[in-house]
Amino acid sequence: MPISYYLALSAVLFGLGVIGFVFKRNIITIFMSIELMLNAVNLAFIAFGLALGQLQGQVFVFFVIVVAAAEAAVGLAIVIVIARNRQSLNVERINLLKL
Amino acid sequence: MTPQLVIFLVLAAIAIAGAVNVILQRHPIHSAISLISVMIALAGLFLLLESEFIAVVQIIVYAGAIMVLFVFVIMLLNAGAEERTNMSRMARYAGVPLAIFLLIELAYQIGAAALSMTPQPLAEDVTRRLSMLLFQDFVFPFELTSILILIAILGALVLAQRGESVPAKGGPKTIT
Repeated sequence: MPISYYLALSAVLFGLGVIGFVFKRNIITIFMSIELMLNAVNLAFIAFGLALGQLQGQVFVFFVIVVAAAEAAVGLAIVIVIARNRQSLNVERINLLKL
Repeated sequence: MTPQLVIFLVLAAIAIAGAVNVILQRHPIHSAISLISVMIALAGLFLLLESEFIAVVQIIVYAGAIMVLFVFVIMLLNAGAEERTNMSRMARYAGVPLAIFLLIELAYQIGAAALSMTPQPLAEDVTRRLSMLLFQDFVFPFELTSILILIAILGALVLAQRGESVPAKGGPKTIT
């Protein structure tokens, strides 16, 4: 089975993540779109690793998962602080830096 | 059609349907459940790509830990459905077609560029060789991630504990 199927699926998932990131307004859903993009990249890493017959791709995926876990912890803490201070999760209302 | 292709198509359909549902649902908890189905389908695809260790880590860390954290925060904040705002005319007539075009173009170009690639056989004991790689060649980055996680724990604690708790007035409130 050719690797390009997996890469095409990875590209579709990454594109859906980008679309969710741009179109959604709830900050938690935007965050979930980022996780979706990370997952798509993981699939591409493993597919390329199999295409080259090497295991380094899987090591990279391992590190990506670790970093994603750390990022989720810090990011959700930031979301809690924003929700507490602004009483809203809508990114259009979180506009303190906007001119 | 080989059985592998059938399994791939089923899992890919689940993953894409879940990803589309993440975008279409307006309530964050529904998006979170859809994202869990995407991650489980991806774990199946990792199994198909002969990487059992990463498939199990995907289930435990992503579908288990990270998504539980998401669901926990959604429940904690009592997050309600996304506010419906009128999508601007520009976004509706230019953004949506461009987004679909982006998807098709990206998938086609990347798929076509890698058409000649075929899977190389990995050796028998993938997980054992992976652990050797992780603890020999990549031992310094591996140790660095422990410091990263420590900093993340401290950062999350500092961020989340700030401010004295205000007693809620008049029952639970839905934050949108």
